[in-house]
Amino acid sequence: MKEINHGSDNLSGSTGEVILKRNNFFHFIKLHGIFSISLFLLLVVLGVSLAVGRYHVPFKEAFLILFSNLFNSSSDWNNIQRAVVMDLRLPRTIAAIIIGAALALSGATYQSIFKNPMVSPDLLGVSSGASVGAAIAILLNQGNDMIQIGAFIGGIVAVAITVTIPRLIRNQSTIVLVLSGIVISSFMSSIMSILKFVADTDTQLAEITYWMMGSFAKVSFKSMIPVLPTMLIPMIIILLLRYRLNVLSLGDNEARSLGINLQITRGIFIVLSTLITASSVCLSGTIGWVGLVIPHTARMVIGPDNKRMLPIAMIFGGIFMLIIDILCRTLTAAELMLGILTGVIGAPFFIFILFKQRRQVS
Amino acid sequence: MILEVNDLGFAFHKNRLIFNGVNFNVDKGEILSILGPNGSGKSTLLNCIANFYKPQHGSILLNGESISKINLRNIAQIIGYVPQVHIPTYAYTVREFTVMGRTPYIGAFGKPSKMDYRIAEASLKRVGIFHIKDRPYTEISGGERQLALIARVLTQEPKIILFDEPTAHLDYGNQYRIVQMISQLANEGYAVIMTTHNPEHAIILNGKVAILNRNGTFIVGKATDTIDATTLSNLYGLTIKTIYIEEAKRVVSVVISHNDF
Repeated sequence: MKEINHGSDNLSGSTGEVILKRNNFFHFIKLHGIFSISLFLLLVVLGVSLAVGRYHVPFKEAFLILFSNLFNSSSDWNNIQRAVVMDLRLPRTIAAIIIGAALALSGATYQSIFKNPMVSPDLLGVSSGASVGAAIAILLNQGNDMIQIGAFIGGIVAVAITVTIPRLIRNQSTIVLVLSGIVISSFMSSIMSILKFVADTDTQLAEITYWMMGSFAKVSFKSMIPVLPTMLIPMIIILLLRYRLNVLSLGDNEARSLGINLQITRGIFIVLSTLITASSVCLSGTIGWVGLVIPHTARMVIGPDNKRMLPIAMIFGGIFMLIIDILCRTLTAAELMLGILTGVIGAPFFIFILFKQRRQVS
Repeated sequence: MILEVNDLGFAFHKNRLIFNGVNFNVDKGEILSILGPNGSGKSTLLNCIANFYKPQHGSILLNGESISKINLRNIAQIIGYVPQVHIPTYAYTVREFTVMGRTPYIGAFGKPSKMDYRIAEASLKRVGIFHIKDRPYTEISGGERQLALIARVLTQEPKIILFDEPTAHLDYGNQYRIVQMISQLANEGYAVIMTTHNPEHAIILNGKVAILNRNGTFIVGKATDTIDATTLSNLYGLTIKTIYIEEAKRVVSVVISHNDF
């Protein structure tokens, strides 16, 4: 059967062996190097995030404060430095890492189950639904807790409607699900416009807009804790199930022929990713681009195998989100909103990725 | 008997039957080639056997047990399915692609073990594409992709292999090589069911042949008994002659003329 491989025989011989050795070397670097390098990068960016801002804390001090608080050792810095690092910067740094990782993970999951690399975690309407939920809470002059709860409920309700439509019309194909996601998203956007129209222009409208562009400014440990279970537990389950994503990404019939219960498996992944996205939206507002761009980047670096790609995408997501947040609070005197920078940086970055991948995308 | 199909009927809509009264069985080492014009429901029949579609009536028995009573993973350990060649969305390497054949043996939280990779690599050697194992599946030729699909189904270690038009989109030489490979697989003991648009392939394989007409009628028999000039002419609406070629030691079919010009 060898004759069937057109033109691949010229790989044999000495040049072939050199290529093979080089490939093995790159393979080794890919498997072990990228993971440690990106973890190290994450640590560096974390340090920067604790150090920079309006109130300057030296790099070394920031790390010492962090570790002394973790291990209860003695202190020789002032209380302002401590408060800035531990109470202001640490919560939003942790939130940025977790949310970046969460959005990258749920984006990669959606891209696998919908067999489409152009899909983002809000495909089924979770972000627009959450925005409506949050806006209603803001209009009712509720506090931060209720805005969070409103966002979570809104996101879940929107996705619930989206997945019900294919059942109602008795067509369970992927394309109908995607279409109903688009319909629900734009329906929610229209409701959003109405809500903005009736909002008080001085107070409520600003808050709604601010919320829709995403920000970590209001994040504290107190606001994070209730959200963490619905975010971290689904993330762990997806990581455990992630080999199934490879098989799902082959296509419906091929996954079935390999013994996968398609409805149930796909359903589980949709529920888990929705919980993750809804939780992250209710903590920081809607943040675009991360869930789309980061999985692409990870795939470009380490290949599409979800076994390796998902952990890398999560680390990349954390780094990216953290850099964006650092820029947001240092570029201008007033804090920028995340959505502005993820778009301004994410869109050109995405074009760059497409350019690098132009051979594969056809 | 490894596969028995009894009185199978299928309809997408209640009033329009795709096929009806389909009866056949396939045993270890046997090949069934399904012939039929476009739209006759060959792929639908194959999809019913693969358990993708639920038939309206009739039964499919695997080793005497009804397929509807067997769980999906166990079915996948008995039936392997080779879809038509297509380019998937993501550029998995040929090795990663092939090892997915082990899915029916891996738990929901599991991933392929070293042993699974060894089985996948043995399959790649078996079909002769081990040397391209690290290339992206999206960037190899159509012939190589078909071989990778066959390597994946061998990795699945099924008893029955279903091929959906295994020679579609392949050049003349590769078509013949794939047919040869299917014949070898049957010799090794796999039961093979394939759909094809080329009567020639059914003749070369010389196993059982099923003919599915556009009106949903189904006949099955030995290739030498079933494929003749009249049947083929009726099936495709052409005047077809069959001629015995001494050098090839078999019958070939030739189109003489169109009826409907």
